[in-house]
Amino acid sequence: MSTFRLTIDGVEIEASEGQTIMDAADAAGIYIPRLCDHEGLRHQGGCRVCTVKANGRSVSACTQPAEPGLTVDNETPHINKLRRDLVEMLFHEGNHLCPICEASGNCELQAMAYRLDMTAPTKFPYLEPCRPVDASHPDIALDTNRCISCGRCIRASQDVDGKGVFGYVGRGIHRQVAVNGPDLAHTDADISDFAISQEVCPVGCIIRKRQGFARPIGEREFDRNLIGHKINGKRDD
Amino acid sequence: MTELPKARIATASLAGCFGCHMALLDIDERLIELMKLVEFDRSPLTDIKTFSHRCDIGIIEGGCCNEENVHVLRDFRRNCDILIGIGQCAIMGGLPAMRNAIMHSDEPLRECLEEAFITGRYIRNTTHNIPNDPALPLLLDEVYACSEVVEMDYHIPGCAPTGDVIYETLSSLLAGKFRGFEKEKIRFD
Ligand code: SF4
Ligand code: SF4
Ligand code: SF4
Ligand code: FES
Repeated sequence: MSTFRLTIDGVEIEASEGQTIMDAADAAGIYIPRLCDHEGLRHQGGCRVCTVKANGRSVSACTQPAEPGLTVDNETPHINKLRRDLVEMLFHEGNHLCPICEASGNCELQAMAYRLDMTAPTKFPYLEPCRPVDASHPDIALDTNRCISCGRCIRASQDVDGKGVFGYVGRGIHRQVAVNGPDLAHTDADISDFAISQEVCPVGCIIRKRQGFARPIGEREFDRNLIGHKINGKRDD
Repeated sequence: MTELPKARIATASLAGCFGCHMALLDIDERLIELMKLVEFDRSPLTDIKTFSHRCDIGIIEGGCCNEENVHVLRDFRRNCDILIGIGQCAIMGGLPAMRNAIMHSDEPLRECLEEAFITGRYIRNTTHNIPNDPALPLLLDEVYACSEVVEMDYHIPGCAPTGDVIYETLSSLLAGKFRGFEKEKIRFD
């Protein structure tokens, strides 16, 4: 396989054909923020939190192929401001009450807000939508107030579980994730599905019943480290 | 060396649970250091209910859910040089703002009150009335973040913020050195 070099924030890294900018950055231990992309799932390119400037053009790093000689800007104040705006809009589009959320401390959206310094109120209005909770399934609940429509559950269910429990309905701002049945109990969703596992839903929408709040405050994943530390850590080692 | 005049601090709890005020006390023994630099004016901690002087810093816990909250918050803005919102309730409404998401019917407030006092499944309210004593402040249509009502200068995130974060923020503000929060210390819970 042919390899070539490109630079991210002035650091020269190696990439190979077929890699996205994000793949190459991950391998080199450079973290590019992301929400809808997840290792082991097909890329979707939906959330745009991974936006970088590649030779001056804004592209999503999780879908843009790496190219020889590319100059990529990742952690600049301007790009991080754009990312923070996106993350803020995700908070404002749903109903996110972190203090009572069982994902708090392990939630990628919240952790991204920490990483991007989201500490003050902004100009965006809160949409405060009226969204349902589906607790019909004996082992699983869905609190769609917290869904960010990242589609990770859809791809996990289709591509890994071979099931299709989840899918999108509606368009534009009304696009939402729905289950393939009148409610979750009437789908073939199972607690052992990859789509239901803790790593797939980045927020507190897909809930495994009777497992919440197991880890105390101070010991949860993002109490200890900023999101991205695993990838950045590779570089420091 | 002449001693600097102490900074005056006022605090108020609006639509909050008083947890953020309890967190102020989590500063623990550093409170003694802090008290060398500040003195408290109007605050539930001193039980002083009106401003005796203009204050340097006003600390607000909770957002606005009723008309009294709005009144107090405006009074703080008029009487404080710097206004700091402390905790998620002040910053974005917090848990009281849960009611905003059910506010999409034609008579949202009535529905909310009826469920809370009359029709809710677990209610034991022998009067079958919604409380309406004239001494009760009127509820607002929604719960508002402080910044939707007055201009706020700083916010300390958390529910409640830890004593460490409160202490560090207050002492760096007093020293004129506040440059935002370390990412590692930002929390929404
Ligand atoms: S899903 Fe994440 S951001 Fe949303 S309320 Fe839960 S912890 Fe907060
Ligand atoms: S349920 Fe979770 S994984 Fe699925 S789209 Fe919503 S946030 Fe993403
Ligand atoms: S932010 Fe949390 S601790 Fe502070 S007043 Fe609100 S609910 Fe209570
Ligand atoms: S991570 Fe690339 S668009 Fe979501």
